[in-house]
Amino acid sequence: MNVEREGDYITLSMGPHHPATHGVLRLEVTTDGEVIRACKPDIGYLHRSIEKIGEFLEWYQFVPYTDRVDYVCSMNSNHAWVCAVETLLACSEETKLAIPERAEYIRILFAELNRISSHMVGLGSMTMDMGAFTPFLHALSQREFINDIFEKTCGARLTYNYMCVGGLVRDLHPGAEEEIRAMLKGLERAMIDFNRLISSNNIFKARLAGVAAVSAEDAVSYGLVGPNLRGSGIDFDLRRDKPYGLYGRFQFEVPVGKAYAGSEGRLGDCYDRYVVRLLEVLESIRICRQALDQMPPASGVEDDLVGGWCVAKAAQKALRKPPVGEVYFRCENPRGETGYHIVSDGTKFPYRIKIRTGSFTAMSIFEKLVPGLMIADLVALIGSFDIVLPEVDR
Amino acid sequence: MIPRSPGKVRAKITHALERGSEKSIALASSPGDGYFSGSMSPVPSRNQSPGTALSFDAIFAKVQVRFPAAGAGSAPNGARWIEVPAPQALDVANFLKGDPDLSFDSLCCLSGIDLLRFPAPEKDGPTSDALVCAYDLQSMKHRHELMVKVCAPRPKPEVPSVESVWGVAGYFEREIFDLLGVEFPGHHDLRRILTPQDWVGHPLRKDYVYPEAYGGVALKREGQTFESGPYK
Repeated sequence: MNVEREGDYITLSMGPHHPATHGVLRLEVTTDGEVIRACKPDIGYLHRSIEKIGEFLEWYQFVPYTDRVDYVCSMNSNHAWVCAVETLLACSEETKLAIPERAEYIRILFAELNRISSHMVGLGSMTMDMGAFTPFLHALSQREFINDIFEKTCGARLTYNYMCVGGLVRDLHPGAEEEIRAMLKGLERAMIDFNRLISSNNIFKARLAGVAAVSAEDAVSYGLVGPNLRGSGIDFDLRRDKPYGLYGRFQFEVPVGKAYAGSEGRLGDCYDRYVVRLLEVLESIRICRQALDQMPPASGVEDDLVGGWCVAKAAQKALRKPPVGEVYFRCENPRGETGYHIVSDGTKFPYRIKIRTGSFTAMSIFEKLVPGLMIADLVALIGSFDIVLPEVDR
Repeated sequence: MIPRSPGKVRAKITHALERGSEKSIALASSPGDGYFSGSMSPVPSRNQSPGTALSFDAIFAKVQVRFPAAGAGSAPNGARWIEVPAPQALDVANFLKGDPDLSFDSLCCLSGIDLLRFPAPEKDGPTSDALVCAYDLQSMKHRHELMVKVCAPRPKPEVPSVESVWGVAGYFEREIFDLLGVEFPGHHDLRRILTPQDWVGHPLRKDYVYPEAYGGVALKREGQTFESGPYK
């Protein structure tokens, strides 16, 4: 990067323990007063070599590690991994698995609930970065209700290890459906409150409107995915355009950025990404309700193809000798496309696992996007990209 | 202060909320129609594929006319890809993005694979000890997907950088350089990205030797050995 040497430049190290970087991210920023002239992200502080560890584990043993890839939306990470392995198994008639229908619905229900709770963290911490503390508490309290439901069903509040190849570890806990419905009702009211509290707040809007606008072309080229891509006005959602699982059966809209901030806003600015996340929560609520409506009742038998929750025996047999080959499977996570590129050599250990995450690719645009912003805008940008560092470093 | 008058966004969001609850009420009261009744016909999505998506064979034919050296590869599970010789990778990338019928404008994933321990394929596949870069591409316009593979022979693995074509490739290439040791000539800033700058070796290679210590800190217990492969 060419930095013109005029005036006094100071190179600052922002992070790795800066509270606004959402984890251990270090940004090397060259500043001219308050204006940033160059920015180099330094990542890798949380690298746990999950991809290498995966080569030493059997296919089903890798599920708990996917929890740790992105701990804010562990359910979605689980979902992506088990769908990827099931796609590989489906390539051969011998190993193809028929997943119980109820299990598929519960997967989607929990994936959407986890999407909501992840967006709550994203929206909440973004408002807190902008100096508003109250909405953060409102958002996090809603997330607690979702965590309670997860805890009752699978015993954990953060890293669930709930989905497995072939279905789920266990069925929903008794009375879960009523609890989820009641929770969704409260959540809807809370979203109205949250929206009234902060969305049209003048200071909040002024901090975000027109800041760090990403053009549609750049968003595609630099691999922005999920809400960040849609914030730039591109109407693409894997759940709708490449449906996996049973997503083809649901009716929902895909919110897209359209310069929501009005006259001072621009398409693809931080405020658009904020609004897209906010609206996505509402769509997730719709999907959850539809999943609850359509879900077949529990049969009480594990292996039942309609009302059961897992075909564990068939899955174990299939995973001993999976087909040889490659699969690239893409899944829509709260932070966008999560892809698993799996290479199998036909043994019970994966030969290679490559995890493509939305936050990692979002980091690649920083060098281009940040020069010219104020330091305070950089905080807004990090918040609006909703970066989760374990996912960047894996 | 919270503005009393409903702002534009607020109106939009509350409208979305109202619309959502109206629908669920309507569905609950009239269980005869739509997906609620259990007929569960797939809902046609608003943004269907525009109908200009090409099959793998059509894409491969187009590429081969321009680059006769390109070949098609396949795996036993049915996965198919185009194999490109390493020196032509940048030209092929430019062609794939620039051609209006293909327009692969999005690089979804770029993964490096070390084939050292991979069982040799029956047909003429990649040479067994090569390092492979697999590009998973997608076209936002036509909504078709493609996997392209570039083999880099082991002693001096080099693949031209495609950073100028897809901006995101810069980070993916740094990751592959770091973890698999493939060089990308033309990259503006090829450094290690996930491991420390003074790390020795490339961890995702199959013949990686685990270090004894890093920065004076022991990484192994006494007498502990790691094999580079699963414990069988």
